[in-house]
Amino acid sequence: MKHIKFILVGILFGVTMYMTEAVSWFRIFEMFKFQAFHMYGIIGTAIAIGIVVTWIFKSGKLNDINGNPVKINDKAKTWPRYIIGGIIFGLGWGLSGLCPGMVFILIGAGNPVFIIFMISILIGTFMYGVLRTKIPH
Amino acid sequence: MMEFISQTWPWYVSGTIIASILFFLLWFGKEFGTSAVTRVLVAIFGGGKFSDFFDFPWKTQIWNLMFVFGAAIGGYLTMQFIAPEPHFAQISEATVNTLNESYGFNLTYGEVPLLPEFYQSWESVLTLKGFIIVVIGGMLIGFGARYAGGCTSGMAISGISNFQLPSVVAVIGFFIGGLIMVNYILPFITNL
Repeated sequence: MKHIKFILVGILFGVTMYMTEAVSWFRIFEMFKFQAFHMYGIIGTAIAIGIVVTWIFKSGKLNDINGNPVKINDKAKTWPRYIIGGIIFGLGWGLSGLCPGMVFILIGAGNPVFIIFMISILIGTFMYGVLRTKIPH
Repeated sequence: MMEFISQTWPWYVSGTIIASILFFLLWFGKEFGTSAVTRVLVAIFGGGKFSDFFDFPWKTQIWNLMFVFGAAIGGYLTMQFIAPEPHFAQISEATVNTLNESYGFNLTYGEVPLLPEFYQSWESVLTLKGFIIVVIGGMLIGFGARYAGGCTSGMAISGISNFQLPSVVAVIGFFIGGLIMVNYILPFITNL
């Protein structure tokens, strides 16, 4: 039962991303062509309010649901992984017009091609796991 | 009311809701990062036998599986009860013109389907264009997200909200990759 709250927040995420068209290949294309403000507005608003949200927890103004302080780990400062990995992710994002979260939403919406898409994502994830020690981080 | 929520939700509404999701997950003691689920799924399917990257206590991540399960339910509920039929993506006229002129599309402004034809049936994977977009694209996303340590939710939203310079660098990488793809490679693929 303790998992139901995550399912409910996930539903909110799914409905919102679908209805704001972030699940649409066309919206991501439009974003990379700088032809509409829509996607920048979504991400920008989320970050602007997200800064306040993160600060509320980090400064200790609010603890988590169990009363424990919220600790957010800093990202390791080693640069090649963010540059090279980021570019590889970006190539995929521009090609497929979807980020991983959207694929789950579209599987739920009922087109079987996204199951193949998710399997491909998992193959890519697996390849990273196998090659991880051989590539620069 | 129904008619109102069946329209494309404006960016400030969805951006605010995403920030509220960030709030809820932090309040529940977790961090918002959807692509981390892919590592959990590979671990469940036995990836730990091949790489110690997948040999980790994934049971602590079940909450994130529940989150994406909820996202899938959200997709289903939207499709069934909220989305208009037919559902058009309200992209700009400039984008429609660009797609028609240089990318081999034949779209009518105002009547662009939410999903392009290569996503409308699984058989498209059997064409070269569909295979590249679905299979190669999926593999790049899966590989790149783990290599960079996150995707749009974990890096752009959680990371930048927490003033993480690595996240800013990763998001710049996302855009370098995306711009190279969309401007210099994609025209050759969508015209196949």
